[in-house]
Amino acid sequence: MMKKTIKKSTIYSLAAAALFLVFLYWLDANRLSQGMLISVLQKGAILALVATSMNLLNGFTGLFSLGQAGFMSIGAYTTAILIIPVRSLDGVYYMNGVHPAIMNLRLLMANSPPFLQSVYPFIALLLGGALAALIALLVGLAVLRLKSDYLAIATLGLSEIVRAIFSSPQFDQITNGSYGLNKIPNFPPMLFGLIPSLITPFIITGVSVAFIVLLINSSYGRAFKAIREDEIAAEAMGISLYKHKEMSFVISSFFSAVAGGMLAMYMRSIEAKTFSITLTYDILLIVVIGGIGSVTGSVVSAFLVTAAKEWWLRFFDQPLSLFGFQVPLFRTGFRMVIFSVLLMVVVLIYRRGLFGTNEFSWAGLIKRLRLKRPAKKEVE
Amino acid sequence: MSILLSTQHLTMQFGGVVAVDDLNINIPKGEITALIGPNGAGKTTAFNVITGGYQPTNGRVIFDGAVIAENCPRSKMKRIYNGSYTEPFRHTVVNKSDVITRLGMARTFQNIRLFKDLTVFENVLIAKHCHIKAGLFAATFRLNRGEERAMSQDALSLLERVGLLESRNEKASSLPYGKQRRLEIARALATGPRLLLLDEPAAGMNPKETDELSQFIVDIKDSFGLTVFLIEHHMNLVMDISDSIYVLDYGKTIAYGTPAEVQNNERVIQAYLGVDEA
Repeated sequence: MMKKTIKKSTIYSLAAAALFLVFLYWLDANRLSQGMLISVLQKGAILALVATSMNLLNGFTGLFSLGQAGFMSIGAYTTAILIIPVRSLDGVYYMNGVHPAIMNLRLLMANSPPFLQSVYPFIALLLGGALAALIALLVGLAVLRLKSDYLAIATLGLSEIVRAIFSSPQFDQITNGSYGLNKIPNFPPMLFGLIPSLITPFIITGVSVAFIVLLINSSYGRAFKAIREDEIAAEAMGISLYKHKEMSFVISSFFSAVAGGMLAMYMRSIEAKTFSITLTYDILLIVVIGGIGSVTGSVVSAFLVTAAKEWWLRFFDQPLSLFGFQVPLFRTGFRMVIFSVLLMVVVLIYRRGLFGTNEFSWAGLIKRLRLKRPAKKEVE
Repeated sequence: MSILLSTQHLTMQFGGVVAVDDLNINIPKGEITALIGPNGAGKTTAFNVITGGYQPTNGRVIFDGAVIAENCPRSKMKRIYNGSYTEPFRHTVVNKSDVITRLGMARTFQNIRLFKDLTVFENVLIAKHCHIKAGLFAATFRLNRGEERAMSQDALSLLERVGLLESRNEKASSLPYGKQRRLEIARALATGPRLLLLDEPAAGMNPKETDELSQFIVDIKDSFGLTVFLIEHHMNLVMDISDSIYVLDYGKTIAYGTPAEVQNNERVIQAYLGVDEA
């Protein structure tokens, strides 16, 4: 009985994933006419990964960290430096010149066999993640002793320090200082072009989120939740606080940096300002709207928030005249006012986010649909 | 009779207050030892020092032949040290409570500390995590299926043992008070302890529940081969099941002996009832 329901839900999930994949291939075929939808979905996928990694830390381990933007920028810069085409490098660093070490490395990479060249973008993403993970490991030694708000302030500071370093003139030849990096290539195709570049971010996010979900449901994930619930009790049950907090912090930073690398590919040009505190707040907002402690909540809310902000509310930015009457307020930037009001309404209605701490399940969805059906009949 | 846990001149001082003063206890293997005393006597502090929650100011804790905590007053504490045992220890041994738990010492808390939002089953399962052999990646990719299955089976059989199997999928916070106490004991047992420390297990229980709990403690002690060290205010429970009793007052040990000896001890009666001034 139990086994049957599990199998059914797996089939549903696979079918949904396949359907989504078909939809993505359709998008790829019609990419010229569906520009807005594609860019919203891609950005949504990237933010979904950052939000999930932030949720692992804030929602599942109970560590209130605000360092996401900092780790994203580490990933973004590492990726960008490693994938900007060699012939464009001089143009990008036209003010200060490229650091010789970077140039040599890039020339070495450019002369390697073509099959290696096609995986370099992925290696760049992984390297960015690894660098962020290493920094998280070292910083974690110091800051993970702090609790709640104090940890938030320390990680916020870390994020700002990273941003300041990336924009400082001392690193002009590496990060190009305040000019930032541009001419970053778009997403690479996967599996020798079998998966077009448009779909790549969805695959990376899918695999990463699946990893985080598996981790959360493993014994270590349960230990994370125990720390969230009660640190003293968790420690008394033999769970090393330091070790587990460090694990969660490092893994979360790794995936934030991978998402940062993808953001660099998506935006095609980055500068230190891109990764200011407001980026962390945007992600925190997605996590809170989706529900702190719900992975599906974070993913769904990443797409909803991005779509609302970048697309659905665009209408408020254009001047509108009804029957010859010029409606006031409808001008550039007005959509952000509407967006903020909507946020307040959503938070007031769903106090614990759209999903609370629950995860999406097919059984739950079917139950909901069944509950609604008799009500419909009465109306008829 | 071998000694499982002992403390030597254990002293814990907070600022100018000596909460535990020169505590020397010996807990024999396989017995139930109780620690009693009026409120504020330093019983829970003693527990916290033994289980690694606090670092002692002076003295030593020995568990199963190994020193698990040792300290001497230093820097500012050296000047304001006010304990009655003045011969300082020289070494410093620090073990956090998670390490001590893995050595085989588990505890419950005076104010119940369950993982409230998790299910009863998860509460016990988490306590099994401390002995996990699989690494992070092995566990994430489910390469430790055998271990995982053994963990959940152990957790289920423990829940059955304490009579909480039916409520395994309920939230821990939704359980009635008495069951929460039992769950806390089950969770402590899941770490596979040799020594179980119970901090006021019968607090807030009515006489009938207290009697059941006494029986339960003796039961699990016998079936799991445990040694039990408990703090309790319910004298019926203490006198019924303890093999020996230590009495604390204002941090100092004022009496030690069998229940009958302690009951008739003049200083104990004074501590509990007050001294007749006239």
